[in-house]
Amino acid sequence: MEPFRRLSALACPLPLASVDTDQLIPARFMKTPRAEGYGRFLLYDLRYGSDGRPSGALPLDEPARAGAQILVARRNFGAGSSREAAVYALVDYGIRCVIAPSFGDIFAANAANNGLLPAVVSEEDAERLLFALEAGLEELVVDLEAERIEGAGEPIAIMIDPVMRTKLLNGWDDLDMTLSRADEIAAFAEADATRRPWARPDA
Amino acid sequence: MPDPSPSNPHGAPRTLFEKVWDQHVVTTRDDGPSLLYIDRHLVHEGSHHAFAKLREKGLPVSRPDLTFGVADHYVPTRGRGGAIADEGIARMVGQLADNTATHGIRLFGLDDPRQGIVHVVGPEQGLTLPGLTMVCGDSHTSTHGAFGAFAFGIGASDVAHVLATQTLWQKKPRRMRICFEGKLMPGVGAKDMALAWIARLGADGARGHAIEYAGSAVRALSMEGRLTLCNLSIEGGGRLGMIAPDATTIGYLEGRPFAPKGETFARAAEDWLALASDADAAFDREFVIAANEIAPVVTWGTSPEDALPITGETPDPDRIADPGRAAHAREALAYMGLEPGRKLTEIAVDRVFIGSCTNSRIEDLRAAAAILAGRKARVPGLVSPGSSLVKRQAEEEGLDRIFVEAGLEWVASGCSMCVGMNGDIVASGERCASTTNRNFKGRQGPGARTHLMSPAMVAAAAIEGRLADARPLLEGRI
Repeated sequence: MEPFRRLSALACPLPLASVDTDQLIPARFMKTPRAEGYGRFLLYDLRYGSDGRPSGALPLDEPARAGAQILVARRNFGAGSSREAAVYALVDYGIRCVIAPSFGDIFAANAANNGLLPAVVSEEDAERLLFALEAGLEELVVDLEAERIEGAGEPIAIMIDPVMRTKLLNGWDDLDMTLSRADEIAAFAEADATRRPWARPDA
Repeated sequence: MPDPSPSNPHGAPRTLFEKVWDQHVVTTRDDGPSLLYIDRHLVHEGSHHAFAKLREKGLPVSRPDLTFGVADHYVPTRGRGGAIADEGIARMVGQLADNTATHGIRLFGLDDPRQGIVHVVGPEQGLTLPGLTMVCGDSHTSTHGAFGAFAFGIGASDVAHVLATQTLWQKKPRRMRICFEGKLMPGVGAKDMALAWIARLGADGARGHAIEYAGSAVRALSMEGRLTLCNLSIEGGGRLGMIAPDATTIGYLEGRPFAPKGETFARAAEDWLALASDADAAFDREFVIAANEIAPVVTWGTSPEDALPITGETPDPDRIADPGRAAHAREALAYMGLEPGRKLTEIAVDRVFIGSCTNSRIEDLRAAAAILAGRKARVPGLVSPGSSLVKRQAEEEGLDRIFVEAGLEWVASGCSMCVGMNGDIVASGERCASTTNRNFKGRQGPGARTHLMSPAMVAAAAIEGRLADARPLLEGRI
């Protein structure tokens, strides 16, 4: 996974609260194999009318925001289902960082597993960023090492769990790390079978 | 008595959650997270990304004996037994059968008499037990916490991790307890309790917390009610919700196909009862809700926190001080086609849905049938039981006839109109009274408008053709 250290990129406002996973990617698109790319499904029903034509409802589709890699939204971003496809849609579209006052827990875990930074800021700072972007600001700098966002006046603090930060900074994949502990896991399972003889499915 | 164990050397008071957590820690890293052993892993059609990742890395499934497959998200609810007409849906259901067969995983597939929604099948089959860690690539895995299991939803990368290692890295969440004290009014149930706390704390109110539900009103709930309450934990932002095992839990589990038997069951029951939070255990946040003050609740907007007693009216965004919240209310009302200050009981509905992992168990069907018996629905609707076994039991009790005679459609089991993946959708602009868990925009289909409520309240909406208080319709019937 590509490490996330410092990103200087075009940012786009998404001035909505509770942008849930059903909006990030409607369920009907999830039959698609990942190899085909999920970027075109991002926020589909908000961006396209029932006739499949762009509705122009979101700043994401304004020419000036083309190529944005940073999204700024309101609270409770990514609430809802565990579908990692919501993260695939963002990542395949080109988004590397979402800034919001809060994220759904499962979404945030999925994001970190795919190198996407869920950057938590205060509600006031999110409003300040939205205001600046809507007033014409284009670029932001997200510095994960320094845990701050630059480019909109005073630097803005990012709140992030230190474990998630380390994982993103290094581009670590949990699975590779855990596979090296196979013996430890086997020993635990064996001792546990004695401690909890009832825990295995009985059939 | 707190037990002094290696993971709890000083015997400090612990919560239910902490006791289960401590029993599953394989190792803890210096920087905080613990590697947890996973007792049960449930997979469904949506798990195809994770199986693809295993293939890519050339890894086997570590413990197929602890992994179970259930076909639910995409299964058709009509024309079962024949071939699936939709090519994409047939591929999803077929892929699950192939992946589970390749890795030697037991599957409750499309034609299995035990097939159903994964969170209904787990408890029904005794795969769900107190004290277990359980995961599934579905956010409503919190449902299984009703038994005192530590159960939570995970994304595809983590599903692949569990398939390959039977473990998962997790940071210990903070502890929250929600106590419901007192007695619920007749016609009020677990769904109303859940929507009431989510309306109070917000859809992200329990973010980062393990919830324990306690209090006399929780202890009085049946297993079905407890499953509904824990199911909705995620809608309040909590990844998991748990209830301490008691006589109700043990009574439900005895004799279930995959549950322990004989002496092992007796030993298990003893261990399970010891899981309850110690009397002086500490919680990071605690709330008490008076059960007798809860009225039947319905949602008016596009987030489960947009919930009010049926006696209320839609909010006025101009009177909400917080700009973000006011913007959300304005937008939600526009999507729902509602204006501020509208009495909830004046909102006409176009159809109803009874089903989903939230409210499709036998008790839910009985509650809806109690209101529908001998009456006619003014709007069309679908009733999809939570499992093929629930369907059979309901038919034995004659509930199917009540639904059909009222004018509703009685179909096979699956996730169905809760998420619309199998083609059971609400048309754009239509308003649906639904026993499901999410009123998100487009959840039940593009442009669909969802109002969440209990099975009794959906039945009342069907009869009145508008959102309605179920209580008067229950008079003389319960």
